[in-house]
Amino acid sequence: MSEFLQQLVNGVTWGSVYALIALGYTMVYGILRLINFAHGDIYMLGAFFGFYAPGLIVAAGARAGEWLEGAHRVLHGVPVLGPGLGRLAAALSAAGSMADALQALLVLVIAMVGCGLLGIVIERGAYKPVRRSSRLAALITAIGVSLLLENGGVLVFGPDPKFFPQIIPSSNIALGGGVTISNQQVIILTVSILLMFALRFIVTRTRVGKAMQAVSHSHMAASLMGISVDRIITFTFVLGSMLAAAAGVLVALQNPKIEPYMGVMPGLKAFVAAVLGGIGNIPGAVLGGLVMGVAEVLVVGYVSPTYRDAIAFVLLIIILLVRPAGILGKAQAEKV
Amino acid sequence: MRRALWLAGVLVALVALNVALPRLLNPYLFQIVVLCGINVILAVSLNLVNGFTGQFSIGHAGFMALGAYGSAMFSLHVGQGWVAALEAGHVPGVVAEGFALLLALLVGGLLSALAGYLVGLPSLRLRGDYLAIVTLGFGEIIRVIITNVDAVGASRGLPGIPGWVNFFWVGLGVAAVIFLSLNLARSTHGRALFAIRDDEVAAEALGVDTTSYKVLAFVLGAFFAGVAGGLFAHYLSYLNPNSFTFLKSIEVIAMVVLGGLGSVSGAVLAAIVLTLLPEVLRPVKDYRMVLYSFMLIVLMITRPQGLLGNRELSLTWLTRRRRRAGAPSA
Repeated sequence: MSEFLQQLVNGVTWGSVYALIALGYTMVYGILRLINFAHGDIYMLGAFFGFYAPGLIVAAGARAGEWLEGAHRVLHGVPVLGPGLGRLAAALSAAGSMADALQALLVLVIAMVGCGLLGIVIERGAYKPVRRSSRLAALITAIGVSLLLENGGVLVFGPDPKFFPQIIPSSNIALGGGVTISNQQVIILTVSILLMFALRFIVTRTRVGKAMQAVSHSHMAASLMGISVDRIITFTFVLGSMLAAAAGVLVALQNPKIEPYMGVMPGLKAFVAAVLGGIGNIPGAVLGGLVMGVAEVLVVGYVSPTYRDAIAFVLLIIILLVRPAGILGKAQAEKV
Repeated sequence: MRRALWLAGVLVALVALNVALPRLLNPYLFQIVVLCGINVILAVSLNLVNGFTGQFSIGHAGFMALGAYGSAMFSLHVGQGWVAALEAGHVPGVVAEGFALLLALLVGGLLSALAGYLVGLPSLRLRGDYLAIVTLGFGEIIRVIITNVDAVGASRGLPGIPGWVNFFWVGLGVAAVIFLSLNLARSTHGRALFAIRDDEVAAEALGVDTTSYKVLAFVLGAFFAGVAGGLFAHYLSYLNPNSFTFLKSIEVIAMVVLGGLGSVSGAVLAAIVLTLLPEVLRPVKDYRMVLYSFMLIVLMITRPQGLLGNRELSLTWLTRRRRRAGAPSA
């Protein structure tokens, strides 16, 4: 029993990562009816941005420290300002040894912002020009972007795996009954739940979120109501990319090995998770991700690790045969 | 009569090319030609499903894998023995091997076709993207199973497949799939497929049995994908499950869409272009795949309807144009 509970804990953690990626798929699909195949690669880039972020923070901290040191020397005579600057400079120079949690948070934010910006570039550069063409053309473009990111990743980061720095040393917390949870799993769960609530808040409570819902119902009606459809679509890509980036960093905290093709399988499975839950449906994506994560961990634990990649698709086919629109999806009657 | 002449012409040309090509081209170029042929079969067969019928299959690599492994297992366990027996009975080696290869390709193709039937059935209930995901899932499941079954070499791959494929067989496969597609396009059945693509509800209202036609398209497409897989297996003599990843399916879809959905000659052209492109880009080494993907994006932005749209490249099309230009009064 305790083993089963342990698997469940691991499964839910892993599933929350799938859910974060699946949210991006489902939002873009809801608005554009486009399977954004490049989404898994955004997740990969999130991990890589996170990988380079500590270096960036330390460098920026050191640079700012030097600059403040200089200012400190010049302003040495000034009573309060002088010593204050000195202390700040010392603190910044030691940015590398900044509190683990703070550094991890900064890494997460940098990766999310980086991928958010990339989302804008991809949407404007590649998807917008094909929006009026056939859906297949858009799909092939998405596949092209995906290949570009992967191969560009190989070119820029090199084909060999990199090892994500251990920002937060791992430790286990006993939950009782022989079930343990690592502090990294706690972080993954907390951050993903926070992000999901933030997304829910944005989509249901803010103007831009309501505009997103309107656009997903009808582009034309939304634009007649004065909503800038283009801007909303870009915003959706930014949101989705940020969530994927967060997933990338969170996974890298736990499994530090990162490489340019790491996004392919999780991307596909997260997409399957979105379809499982009912694509275009935000709670559905979360549910689908969790189901997928738990199913996968159970298969690894009780059947065979080598069938790990197949379970996702078996599950998908079963659910689609029983409920063709996904678990939470509504079947749409076709209008003639 | 005309048809028989055509057939004879194609056969003679294939035999002639089969003799000439290996002498004219170095092994590297020859291999590219063979791979072009296999990719043409894949693209034209997928065009039956995606282009003609408007269904969206993204698991073509799975069908190819089934055909490849099925035919390879047949040759390894049955075909080779038969060839040995036939040769012992003084049947020329070429004939014996050809016979065994043909049987192996048939086995691979039929195995794929059966799988195509099974995947086609859910298209009863699923539309558009959902169907796409099921085919994607199917392709991945096939690959994972192959990776796990020891009898077919699992992740180590399957070596020692007899290398019976030469240019003649690849050319014959290409000719067969093109001939079938073009004829289908002109037949009642082909019209029914087009009707489903253009508007499924309207087609149904006009009495087209949409379900059985969709399944038919899947079965035909899968059969030829299986044949292509069989040719691939018997050309390289070695199979590895990694040759049949999702990326392979994507490659074939890119060929179909780039050629123009529904255009047979477009699929042929795009299959050749997309097979050659990575080879042509080989001198730029590391940038090769980056350029390839970049060009794919640019092509889709500039020509979203594909290279040929849904037209066919044909002599009559060219002559008709000239005639129209020559006789404006008509």
